Amino acid sequence: MLVNSEQIIEALIETIQMVAFSLLFSVLLGLPLGILLVVTRKGHLIENLAVFNVLNGVINIFRSVPFIILLVAMIPVTRFIVGTSIGTTAAIVPLVFYAGPYIARLVENSLLEVEPGVIEAAEAMGATPWQIITKFLLPEALSSLVLALTIATIGLVGASAMAGAVGGGGIGDLAITYGYQRFDTITMFITVAILVVIVQGLQSFGNFAAKKIRRR
Amino acid sequence: MIEFQNLRKVYKSSGQQVTALDGINLTISKGEIFGVIGFSGAGKSSLIRCVNLLERPTSGKVIIDGHELTSLPVKKIREVKKNIGMVFQHFNLLNSKTVFANVAMPLTLAKVDKAQIKKRVHELLEFVGLADKADYHPDQLSGGQKQRVGIARALATQPSILLCDEATSALDPQTTSSILQLLKKINQEYKITILIITHEMSVIREICDKVAVIEGGKIIEEGSVFDVFSAPKTATARNFVSTVMNDQLPESINNLIQKQAGSQRIFRINFVGTSAGQPLLSEIAKKFDVHLNVLFGNITELQGVPFGNLIVEFQGEDKEVLRALTYINEKKISIKEVSAYAS
Repeated sequence: MLVNSEQIIEALIETIQMVAFSLLFSVLLGLPLGILLVVTRKGHLIENLAVFNVLNGVINIFRSVPFIILLVAMIPVTRFIVGTSIGTTAAIVPLVFYAGPYIARLVENSLLEVEPGVIEAAEAMGATPWQIITKFLLPEALSSLVLALTIATIGLVGASAMAGAVGGGGIGDLAITYGYQRFDTITMFITVAILVVIVQGLQSFGNFAAKKIRRR
Repeated sequence: MIEFQNLRKVYKSSGQQVTALDGINLTISKGEIFGVIGFSGAGKSSLIRCVNLLERPTSGKVIIDGHELTSLPVKKIREVKKNIGMVFQHFNLLNSKTVFANVAMPLTLAKVDKAQIKKRVHELLEFVGLADKADYHPDQLSGGQKQRVGIARALATQPSILLCDEATSALDPQTTSSILQLLKKINQEYKITILIITHEMSVIREICDKVAVIEGGKIIEEGSVFDVFSAPKTATARNFVSTVMNDQLPESINNLIQKQAGSQRIFRINFVGTSAGQPLLSEIAKKFDVHLNVLFGNITELQGVPFGNLIVEFQGEDKEVLRALTYINEKKISIKEVSAYAS
């Protein structure tokens, strides 16, 4: 084995950092966008087809670029935002641009699942669009949103593995540079096993939380 | 008071125009329980949704307690909506919230203070008979209980108008009846004007004061429930009345009459109000030389007044039958020969 346990622990911390921060910023970006995608569509709370179409198109464009290309293409933007284009922090920027639009779509899906009747009842009560979003749509979709975020988080774990391309580090990077490129089978096994545990843990936690919210 | 003036609603979908409401003029007085009945697609849902502008009418006016809604700014409309409660066919409760939070919602939106909300919600839950279910979630309740929550929620802001959009259509007959009794109690205790949209004539019969029949986006018949039930003018109204007041001879009886050809004549006698209490048939049998045979009957109650009809076979000589008929006419009881059955 070409790596020691300290390297693995360090990589693990890097992965957690990358995923945690990019998740945070992705949600800050994706949640409002997802809400806008729902409420600006035809016949919805604040119908605005111009906003909807632009948003829809832009999100599709970001969603269609393969992450490894996005990673490189975003280098100037990354340098502008964090001052450098290499390292764990630098990897967070492309990860946010990757996961943000993805989360926007997931949020859109979750919110569209809310019974239209609930919105109707809210409108009949004289609720403002803001009240309908915060007091009706989001609480009703919460359980489904948690599951959506679980999917997004797991997606981020996968994408962060490629962050090695910009020196982002992390477990995935270790797996690729040692396990794959240097044929170090044991490192490969260990790193992949760690990723499996992380993904399993995230999914179980997500399911548990969603169930808790939904009750029974 | 709710007033519709020349209300029109036209939907446009993929180039096609569908006229849902075609010039509705209707006035619903304060404190009334007003029912609008129609087949699906007749426009009744569009009509009720125009009252609180869930649908914007294409043209025409909606006047609620003197305010012409369609010309009001959005903010003012939201204020007016707080004075209009609405109950839905599928309840439309928030499954993520408890019964308490659901009922409290309109008050929370209006930023009423917590202590007051608590007091009011408990009062409402007590009123609808769910005082013990405050901490339940909607998915733990039966359909009837959910609708009670819906009703309590609609009443939270003490509205003067309650809209019921097929409020009992998803419920079984027994639950329907108990919900209707609750609506009646609301109308009587709080003097709230109730507008009910339904396709079930039994709902109209049970609690409405007035009824309008809607078809093809137009009101084709309107009047007190008693008048429409006792003398429906249009075919659609007759159709609806017959769903709860069967006055057609059953096939088997019809066949029986056909077999025994003779001098019998068959009449339909309508009993309305006090006349329903008179021993008319036995009087006739005693006074005249006719035999009476009751073939079919139906007596019900409309707004606390007995109402019904009997289909009676008169056997006897023409002269005697005629005398009997004159006697009945003198008593101002409606009687008509059912020619279709007498061959």
